[in-house]
Parts: sequence; C-alpha cells; structure tokens
Amino acid sequence: MSTPLLEMRNISIHFGGIKAVDDVSIDVMPGEVVGLLGHNGAGKSTLIKILAGAYAKDSGEIYVDGKKVEINNPRDARDLNIETIYQTLALSDNLDAASNLFLGREITTAFGLVDDTKMEAESRKIMARLNPNFQRFSEPVRSLSGGQRQSVAIARAVYFNARILIMDEPTAALGVHETAMVADLIKELKAQGLGIFLISHDTREMMELCDRVSVMKNGQLIGTERVEDVTEDDVLSMIIMGKKPGETVDA
Amino acid sequence: MSGGLGNLIKTLQIDTRLLGMVGAFVLIALVFHIATGGTFLTPRNLFTLTLQTASVAVMATGMVFVIVTRNIDLSIGSLLGIIGMVMGVIQVQILPDIVGFGSPAIWIITVTIGILMGAAIGGFQGWLIGYLAIPSFIVTLGGLLIWRGGAWWVSRGTTISPLDPNFVMLGGATGTIGVTASWILALVGSALTVWFLINTRRKHIGHGFAVKPVWAEYALGAILVGAICGITAIMNAYLVPTRILQRRFEREGLEMPEGYTEAYGFPISVLIVLFVAITMTIVAKKTRFGRYIFAMGGNPDAAELSGINTRLLTVKVFALMGALTAIAGVIASARLGSAGSSLGELDELRVIAAAVIGGTALAGGVGTIYGAILGAFIMQALVSGMGMVGVDSPLQNMIVGGVLILAVWIDILYRRRTGDS
Ligand SMILES: Nc1ncnc2c1ncn2[C@@H]1O[C@H](COP(=O)(O)OP(=O)(O)O)[C@@H](O)[C@H]1O
Ligand SMILES: [Mg+2]
Repeated sequence: MSTPLLEMRNISIHFGGIKAVDDVSIDVMPGEVVGLLGHNGAGKSTLIKILAGAYAKDSGEIYVDGKKVEINNPRDARDLNIETIYQTLALSDNLDAASNLFLGREITTAFGLVDDTKMEAESRKIMARLNPNFQRFSEPVRSLSGGQRQSVAIARAVYFNARILIMDEPTAALGVHETAMVADLIKELKAQGLGIFLISHDTREMMELCDRVSVMKNGQLIGTERVEDVTEDDVLSMIIMGKKPGETVDA
Repeated sequence: MSGGLGNLIKTLQIDTRLLGMVGAFVLIALVFHIATGGTFLTPRNLFTLTLQTASVAVMATGMVFVIVTRNIDLSIGSLLGIIGMVMGVIQVQILPDIVGFGSPAIWIITVTIGILMGAAIGGFQGWLIGYLAIPSFIVTLGGLLIWRGGAWWVSRGTTISPLDPNFVMLGGATGTIGVTASWILALVGSALTVWFLINTRRKHIGHGFAVKPVWAEYALGAILVGAICGITAIMNAYLVPTRILQRRFEREGLEMPEGYTEAYGFPISVLIVLFVAITMTIVAKKTRFGRYIFAMGGNPDAAELSGINTRLLTVKVFALMGALTAIAGVIASARLGSAGSSLGELDELRVIAAAVIGGTALAGGVGTIYGAILGAFIMQALVSGMGMVGVDSPLQNMIVGGVLILAVWIDILYRRRTGDS
C-alpha cells in the first residue's frame, strides 16, 4: 500500500475529566474522501481541530507524506497546506468576502499595504468558479445568506492550494441546492487529488461521497470501513451501537 | 432617505453616518452662533476650538482600535497626567543642565521619552489583558488610579512651569505655521486627494469593477478639495492681534507699517492631529495590523483560527494607545505651558465619548478614525458653546452626559435601519 497523504496516529486529548478523543487513528490518501461519523459529542470536531492546529493534543503523532510533523497552531497547519472549513463558520462578520478569504494571508503592495483591489479581483475569480451567482463582494459577510457565507469559507480553503481539506458539517446550514453545489465541489476537489476529511450526519450523503467512513463514539474510534463493503444500516448500527458489523456489543 | 437626495448620496458613496455627524456639528454651531450673538462661528473661536480638541482627538483615534477589539482603556487620562509630568521634569529640571537651556534637543528628547514611556506602559497593560486574560476594564481601572497617583508623586503635587519654549510651540497657542505654509499644505493635500481618487478609479477599471459615474468623481473631488481649502481659509482668517504684532516689531527695533496684518495659519497641534488622523486611517484600512484589529473585533475565534496572534495584537493595540496618549500629553501640556498633577483628568471619559459618538460600537468590530475625530469636535463644540453662553459647569456636564446617551441611541436606531447590526 502507498503512503497516506496524511495520517493521525493514536491521538488523545481530554478536557477536564472527559476523554474527548481517545487513542484514535485515521488516515487519508490523495484523491480520497474519508467520512467521520458519530453522534454529537463523539469527538469528531475535536479530532479535526487538533489537525487544524486549534487544539493541542495530549498524545499521538501526525504524519504528512509519511513524515512526522508538529502542528502547534493554525499557522502550522496552513503551512502544511491543511485547510479547514469549521462547523461554526470561522468568518469575521464585519469584514467583506475578500477580507475574510485572505484573512491572515493578505496580498500586499510593494509598500507593504494590503491590496484590496487585487484581493477582490482574485476573490471574484475563485467565486466565479465556486458560486457564479455570488456578487456581493463589498458588503460585510454578516449580510450574506448561509450558503453564500459557506462558499466564502470554502473559497478560502480552496484558493490557497489545499492538499488536505477538512470540512466539518459543511452543508448543515445549507438548502438543497447549495448542498448539491458543495457535493459537486467535493467531487471536483477529489478529482484534483486532494485528501478530504468530511464530517456529516447525513449517512446517505456520506455513503455517496466518501471512499471510507470512520465511526466514532465517546471519543473512541469504532472502526473504519470502505463504503462498498458495508450498507448504510451497518454504518448506522456502528454509530448507534458502537460496534463493528458482525461484532457483539460485549466484544 | 428618499428620492433624489438619497440617490445622490448613494452614487457619491458618501457615508451617511459621516453626513449625520457633520450635520450635528453644523446644527450645534449654528445654535450657539445665534445664542452668542454671532461669536461662535468666527475664525477666532473656531481656531480656539480646534486647539482645545486636539489632544482628545489624538487619543480618540487610538480608542477606536481599543474598542474595536472589544476592550476599553480607562487609564489614558491618568497616563497622560504622569507622562506630562515626567516630560515636564525632564525638559525643565534635567535636560537644560545637559544640553543647554533653549536647545532644540530638549523638545526632541522629551517627546521621544514621552512616547516611549506611553508605549511601554500601554504595552504592559495590554500584556496583562492579552496574555494574563485580566479584563481590560479592570486593568485600566487600576491604571487610572495608579498613574494618577504616580503623576502626583513625580512632583509631589507641584505644577511644573514654564515649559521649554520650543516644546510649548507644539501646543499650537504660540506655534503656528503662517499663511503661506498653510496654503502650500492645502495645495499638497488637495493634489494628493485628487491623485488618490484618480488612482483608485484607474485600479478599479483595470480589474473590471464597477465605478462611479465620472460626474460623481468630480463632485466628490470638489467636496473634498473644498473642505480642505475651506478649513485652511478659516485658519488663515484669524489675524494676530495688532498689540502682539506691534510688540514684536518694537522688539526688533522696527516701525510697524500702517495697516499691517498677519494671520496665524495652522497651529502645529492641529497639524499633529491631521498627521495622526491620516496615519491611523491608513493603518486601519490598508495594513495587516489594522485588518487584524477589525477581524478580531468581529470574531476573535475566527481571527485566531486564521493564524492571527490575538494576544500579541492586544499588546500592540494598547501600546499604540499609550503612544498616542503621550502625543496628546505633549499637546495638552504644551498648550497650557505647564504640567500639573491634574493634567488629563477625566480625559478617558471625553475620549471614550468621542469615539462612541463617532460611531464606534462597544460590542467591537466597528468604528472609524474620522468618526472619532468628528465626535471629539462635536463634544468640544458643545462644551465651549455652553461656556460662551454662560451655562454653569455642573449643568454642562449633565448636558454632555445626556447628549452621549442620546447619540448612542440614535446610532442604535441608525444601525437597525441600515441592517448594519
Ligand atoms: N473546548 C472544549 N472544552 C471542553 N470540552 C470540550 C471542548 N471541545 C469539545 N469538548 C467536549 O468534547 C467532546 C467531543 O466534542 P466534539 O468534538 O465537539 O464532538 P462532535 O463534533 O463529534 O459532535 C464533548 O463531550 C464536548 O463537550
Ligand atoms: Mg462537531
């Protein structure tokens, strides 16, 4: 088997007395979509926040292209081309789309001043590809719809040549049409060779979009299955019962 | 706003809040002009008004950043006091013995030390807030008490005067640049404004963005250049009293020609305000530092996740506030020609009021530099006007308090209407 694009090995973290993530290992190949499933509070967001540099893990290792890496803050993750679309949209509501898209990585002029015109032009280019209807470039993102805001968040991840993309419930706040748009985008990015971690509660959608699904419960990894090897019911029972297909609960 | 006027404002892309504040200022000025029998809107009074506003206006620009990042700084009045005191001691009791009395090095060294001191104290307070997570309200409330006590302690309550003559010129009462230099400045300012408008338009067209109609650009340019020249004309219309001119001619052993007049032009302190205002506007709109300040105010978590070090940013914002407080301290003590231990008392409240009247939202994320400066002018116009009409000072305070609350209420209504949160 070839080297995974990214591998998280034996990751643990606790908050006070809660083991939010307990010895979990997951990985993703180039051009692969790996789904993370589990009830609320299972530890999915916490796990990917460790990868994004938002939380510091207690133990475990992270490998990119087989090489061990340290991710201590969001900047480290970005430097490794790991981009994240957070469950709670990490946008500054008072800034416009371009300022949000480039936040922390502004294009500057020769004098070191931020080049808003250039950034807006680049934003227009990428949005033309992701969401051609998007026109409201000079308004604060607070005045945008959920779908428009989500496309800003996605554009931000895509623009900077992500190799590994983390999407935490990207469609939770979206309507049917916008959800379909995000699904198409995931397929396109997968075709471009990105490794994608996708978190969603929509099992059917996950069976369609993902190559593999990892199920978590109470901070632990129940198992990882190729979608062609399991049925939707198998996955649901993993989520609910916390056991692999064919296992008994006591095992 | 409805119909033609609304469309006009929209096409020109003029901020309606700015219009509202200019309107409020004009209204206040007109009311007092009538109430004082025509002495409010005179070059002399407007000149004095700008001198009185300068120190608060400088600090208000820094307070915008502080409030935008969801903090507050209550210590600046006391900080101004202790920095003013230290600068007084340095220029009067220490430097003349080292570099010689009247040396220009005195004001340069004094101001440099003052600004460094302000940045250091502000930065330390910012460190307590950013890294130790002590609320800014508490840290700077402590600072208010500590630095006021310190100001007294520096001189044991005595007032230090007279200050260095060069230093005093920075206060503007004795330091003005004259008519010719003022007009040259106005021309340069106008040229830069026009260049900026043309350049922005060219860049937008280059990227294929929509632009305003050409006539709107002309109108906007005319308004801006008109404002610059109008203010310059006012400053250049305030004539130096004949007595003072006569004394100067006598001192130089000359006869004053019949009918000779001379105007003051821009006071140096007002030029400092202009410089600070332009610099701070560029910082707010065109630098990463400014962008991060607003990003942090809008959503601290998002800023952090975008790789912004919000703790360090807090330190920088408070250090900048401290440095601006020192500049305000220079202006305030230089204008009075002395440094007493009550210098700057209650300034924190004036400055916060100026920023808030100028549209800075206490919830964070929103505020403009020009708004804060206009807010400072509106407050000072109100206070000066009431003084001229003979309103007792306790009643003045009550009215200013009421106006502050009213202004914020109007602002809330405005935001609700424009959906601007
Ligand atoms: N910052 C935090 N502080 C304390 N507890 C946390 C924090 N973040 C997550 N948790 C806890 O960790 C567990 C896993 O949460 P989370 O990762 O958000 O689950 P999921 O995304 O799978 O719904 C929950 O019990 C949650 O309360
Ligand atoms: Mg979650």
